[in-house]
Amino acid sequence: MVDVQFRFRSDEPVADPGVTVDSFGEQTNAAAVRLEPGDEARDLLPHLHRLRLVEVNFPVFGDGRGYSAARILREAGYNGELRAVGDVLVDQIAYMRRCGFDSFAPEHPLDPADAEAAFKRYAEVYQPTTDGRSPIWAKRHG
Amino acid sequence: MGDLMYKYDQYDQAMVDARVAEFRDQVRRRLDGHLPEEAFRPLRLMNGLYLQLHAYMLRVAIPYGTLSGAQMRMLGHIADKYDRGYGHFTTRQNIQYNWIKLEEAPDILADLASVEMHAIQTSGNCIRNTTSDQYAGAAADELVDPRPYAELIRQWSTFHPEFSYLPRKFKMAVIASDTDRAAMRLHDIGIQIVRNAAGELGAAFYVGGGMGRTPMIAPCINSFVPLDQFITYAEACLRVYNRHGRRDNKYKARIKILVHELGKDEYTRQVEAEFAHLLSQNIEPPLAELERIKAQFVDPPFETGLSDDLDRSDPDFALWVDNNTVPHKAPGYAVAVISLKPVGAIPGDASADQIRVMADLAERYSFDELRVTHAQNIVLPHVRKADLYALWQVLDANGLATANLDQIGDIIACPGLDYCTLANARSIPVAQQISQRMAAKEQEIGELKLKISGCINACGHHHAGHIGILGVDRKGVENYQLLLGGSEGADCSLGQITGPGFDENGIVDAVERVTERYLGERQQGERFLDTYRRIGMAPFKEAIYG
Repeated sequence: MVDVQFRFRSDEPVADPGVTVDSFGEQTNAAAVRLEPGDEARDLLPHLHRLRLVEVNFPVFGDGRGYSAARILREAGYNGELRAVGDVLVDQIAYMRRCGFDSFAPEHPLDPADAEAAFKRYAEVYQPTTDGRSPIWAKRHG
Repeated sequence: MGDLMYKYDQYDQAMVDARVAEFRDQVRRRLDGHLPEEAFRPLRLMNGLYLQLHAYMLRVAIPYGTLSGAQMRMLGHIADKYDRGYGHFTTRQNIQYNWIKLEEAPDILADLASVEMHAIQTSGNCIRNTTSDQYAGAAADELVDPRPYAELIRQWSTFHPEFSYLPRKFKMAVIASDTDRAAMRLHDIGIQIVRNAAGELGAAFYVGGGMGRTPMIAPCINSFVPLDQFITYAEACLRVYNRHGRRDNKYKARIKILVHELGKDEYTRQVEAEFAHLLSQNIEPPLAELERIKAQFVDPPFETGLSDDLDRSDPDFALWVDNNTVPHKAPGYAVAVISLKPVGAIPGDASADQIRVMADLAERYSFDELRVTHAQNIVLPHVRKADLYALWQVLDANGLATANLDQIGDIIACPGLDYCTLANARSIPVAQQISQRMAAKEQEIGELKLKISGCINACGHHHAGHIGILGVDRKGVENYQLLLGGSEGADCSLGQITGPGFDENGIVDAVERVTERYLGERQQGERFLDTYRRIGMAPFKEAIYG
């Protein structure tokens, strides 16, 4: 298992490896699940109460389905850890953060200084998401 | 910036400034070897920087094709300072430069940011520059100015965190008139601003159109989305696509394939379900934001009591007025179109000097405003008729007064094999030859839109040409297929292939034979397209293949 390089949570990390979405429904004691790009994130919604970690895999950085999966889970009220794993690049982590990811385990570790700059680059955002940042239009119209 | 168009506030400016800094950092990492080309590629593409056959190409966004004189002048400055003194206006109402050095690209973006411009999302699998009607705010037939809606989309789509790694590129267009001048139904999402029976404005959504190798005309999936749910609906359309669009084959990855494979009804059902969910998420900007934007696209202070009379004693001027001006909503004014298609030239190219001349003319005669058209021409939207002759004289002195709007010499052509790594055949030399061959007959033929693509990706819109030409590679030799009967307008149709293709000389001959047959067959008042629709393909095939 690849190490978590960035984590924006203070709770204790879940040690269990994520199980597949298919087996998660049957393993009623599992608290961690791993979503592949083709998995239906909404299949997890009935089980959010027992979920503490969702790993969303990006097998290749250009496959953006994981961004939608993350937002769907957060929009449904999921509060547990949402971890981006796989081909996670420094220039994507700010978008991932906006979509609700709060931990990152890139297959190839990122340069810490570059990553810090990337997380902070955009002081303003045009769109609201569940990350709590106020969009520009809200600031304009107070 | 111009007084009558959208102006950045501190937030908009902060966004483009941050982008310049980010891209400067990415280029630094690329140049010092920390960033391999494969990882840099998607980043530079989202900043409009392509690696072409000879050099980098930079595509600069011109949102909904609207520019001020100062912005236009900056485009000329960039052509001089960083390129070879030319710019190339594109079918997405953008401009691109073909001879860019990677190490200078961040400086270009900084220069652009100084005049409220950028190259954000002019490439890559993200939401591209939103296009609109080039006569917006001036056209006599529009319901409202469509550009405020396009600006709202620009802001929503800029750095969208969920939709920056879509299955494929995503193009949107907004119009607000029944005369479609933006090829709206050939977009991933086309939007027409409409008024319902209750007198309220709303948005009709057409989803799943496009050209490329599988051309499709977008079906209407919702004929009236209220303006206070407009962005939420677009978000739903995109989310369904991002999740379910095909990613196994890049040639089947556009939304048109998803809509086609699911069927319009099933795609619509999924969008409506997602929309119902997203309405609970409060992602819609307040109507006050739309009003804020609208307040910046106000009418110029048109003079009243102007005469519509013109002195037509100069026949060259009279011809230009007849061909290249369009009715304006204000009495005494006209929309003037500057053709970037002189006989034998490269369609859409303008020199830095010409770009500056057009900037000056906009400031002097058109309330400091210009438009880029998807047909690769430039519009001065608000010219007093009394000023047209003086305007025309300056254009004429600068090689900008070609009187061929929407005629056979007003060709749309992609860069083709002369520049593009994807192309199979050259487009520009074919356009140049047709333009030269047909110049003498152009006025007699009248409206005839000819469009050339150098490969099946269809950047030259060949499917939508009254006459379309598609360059392909046939056993290592350039071969050109001929299509007839396409249209991009409200009467949208896709061209049909005539039959076997031609070599470079043969295609020019074939086009000439098609026009000769048209002149022989046409009835009173018929355009080429009307005649084709009346008599069909057979007479033209006979003329071509004999």
